[in-house]
Amino acid sequence: MTAEPLDLNLRRFMRPLGGGTHLTVWVALALLIALGAWRYDNFLSAYNISSFLQYNSMFVLISVGMCLVIMTGGIDLSVGAVAALASVVAALLSPLGLIVALPAGVLTGLVAGLLNSGLIVGLRLPPFMATLATMLAARGVALIVSDRQAVSVDWTSDFTALGMNKLGPVLPWTILVAAAVVVVAWAVLEKTSLGRTILAVGGNAEAAHLMGLKTSRALVFVYLFSGACAGLAGVFLASGYGAGQPLEGQGWELAAIASVVVGGTLLTGGMGSIPATVAGALLFGLVFNMLNFENGLGVISLSAYWQSVIRGAFLLVVILLQVRLARPQPSKA
Amino acid sequence: MSQPGTLSGRAAPAAPRRSRLDRRFLGLVAALAALILLNVVLTNNFLTLQTIAVNVSQVAPIAIVALGMTLVIATGGIDLSVGAVMAVAGALAPLIFLSGWGQASPALGLVASIALPLLVAAACGLFNGMLVSFLGVQPIIATLILFISGRGIALVLTNGNLQTFSNPGFATLGTGRILGLPVQGWIALALALVVALVVRKTIYGRYLLSIGGNERAAALAGTPVARVKIATYMICSMLAGLAGLIVVAINSASDAARVGNLMELDAIAAAVVGGAALSGGRAPILGTLLGAVFIQLVGYTLIANGVPDEATYIVTAAIIVIAVYLQDSRRRT
Repeated sequence: MTAEPLDLNLRRFMRPLGGGTHLTVWVALALLIALGAWRYDNFLSAYNISSFLQYNSMFVLISVGMCLVIMTGGIDLSVGAVAALASVVAALLSPLGLIVALPAGVLTGLVAGLLNSGLIVGLRLPPFMATLATMLAARGVALIVSDRQAVSVDWTSDFTALGMNKLGPVLPWTILVAAAVVVVAWAVLEKTSLGRTILAVGGNAEAAHLMGLKTSRALVFVYLFSGACAGLAGVFLASGYGAGQPLEGQGWELAAIASVVVGGTLLTGGMGSIPATVAGALLFGLVFNMLNFENGLGVISLSAYWQSVIRGAFLLVVILLQVRLARPQPSKA
Repeated sequence: MSQPGTLSGRAAPAAPRRSRLDRRFLGLVAALAALILLNVVLTNNFLTLQTIAVNVSQVAPIAIVALGMTLVIATGGIDLSVGAVMAVAGALAPLIFLSGWGQASPALGLVASIALPLLVAAACGLFNGMLVSFLGVQPIIATLILFISGRGIALVLTNGNLQTFSNPGFATLGTGRILGLPVQGWIALALALVVALVVRKTIYGRYLLSIGGNERAAALAGTPVARVKIATYMICSMLAGLAGLIVVAINSASDAARVGNLMELDAIAAAVVGGAALSGGRAPILGTLLGAVFIQLVGYTLIANGVPDEATYIVTAAIIVIAVYLQDSRRRT
């Protein structure tokens, strides 16, 4: 949307500068954790760390999926609704145990991802509109399947073990699974030709296609991956909080986009960092967490409503910092 | 509706584009007529003033927001913050006329409770527009900030409380009738006509379409790109603010958590069904109006004929896919 797109080619060559943005988010994360540890008594308690990680494992997942999508220059607005649908599906199947409910939830996400990629690659719809349609459809199906009610999980089966059990005192299984997914995404991006193709599509889809790269395959992959991440996040939600929630996940897609942006990835695609996106997601969660502690200290008394205001302000600061490092390119919807 | 295509910077194919757009508009009119006919046959009491008034009352706020959204989309942008701006405006109005000052001088309080929220909404638009044009932030990210923060601000203002009131003067905005039809329907219609005229007959309208057609060419041709974009975001926000006031007036209650929730999606859907292209350069104002009516009527048809509420999500998704697909295939021909 800038008036001087000529600059952009130059900036593209200066892509390593993006490393500066990526570094910022890690430094910010470290500083916030240090501040929290210094300021609040129970900040580094096992309980706080584990509940923080349990809650944010869902956001790490969808942010990583979103990051891959955004690297291709696309966007996936359907992740929140898909997570809600998957949570309902998993909760309904929870009597059959984790062995059935977990794959079913992920499969739900994959089906949504397949729908997205069919609309985007097959029918050539703009990703924004295609995933908006999938978002509405997934929300509708979730409400129908759940009969508009939260679906309680079967507590007698092993389904809740995934969401509620921990490895040791602080590490919930969900964050370990999420970490594994992060590693997979990172490996695909950094170590495979598919990963190169993903970045090439985001850099210049037409050039990538003309070079003979399998651009369609890359696009199908990222939307399937994002869908699967959203499905898995839905399973975490049902398993960790005891119910499939057809109305949960509103705005998750935007939280994920914000995390990706905070992690220094530009929406124009062609660049980005999986680890920095994870840091971005954790940073967003941490702002929330620290606000609770700040209230607990009684120094300030901010209602819960301030949290979104502060998150927005935080996003603004990050964007202003980013603008200094790289100007975004006009988006082509 | 047709647009002055010759002014869009891509002057050569103006004539065929115009006729294609006309065909598209006629298609929408035909679909709408078919839907109305279907309702006359299927739905009991469809052609009663009561039914029409209910539908007009519900669709008017969506249509008003969608008008502004269409203008923003015409520049190649998007505004995710409209729902949040509605909440802010909707929260402010009762605060003003319920304040001691507002109650002491009711007439002045009433004027202020309409004017001030609109001013604040304009400020929100100024914020969005400045991020987009001066800092080159992508519209989806720039408006994401207020999407996240705006509703929080509204909740902070009202402390999360539902504000109920009885203020006949203000409530007229939402419950008044002219010729048997809701006042807000007339407001939406009048605004649509004004905006359509502005797009077709003023220099601003020409600038708007030329920026969406080819921003760089427009800038080189001397179009004040930044000013036009900022004005467009401000118009969009003010229309959203007005819609927020209307929604609050309809209910004689303001719930900051709910006013305008998911409105950005409805407005984008209406604009796209009406013929707006996310890539910009088209501002089919009357199409948007009909698009909003079409989506509303589809929802009403389903509900009135006993189809569960949730199914409307899925049908809306299908409508969006079809509308965007038709648009895209025409662009390719």
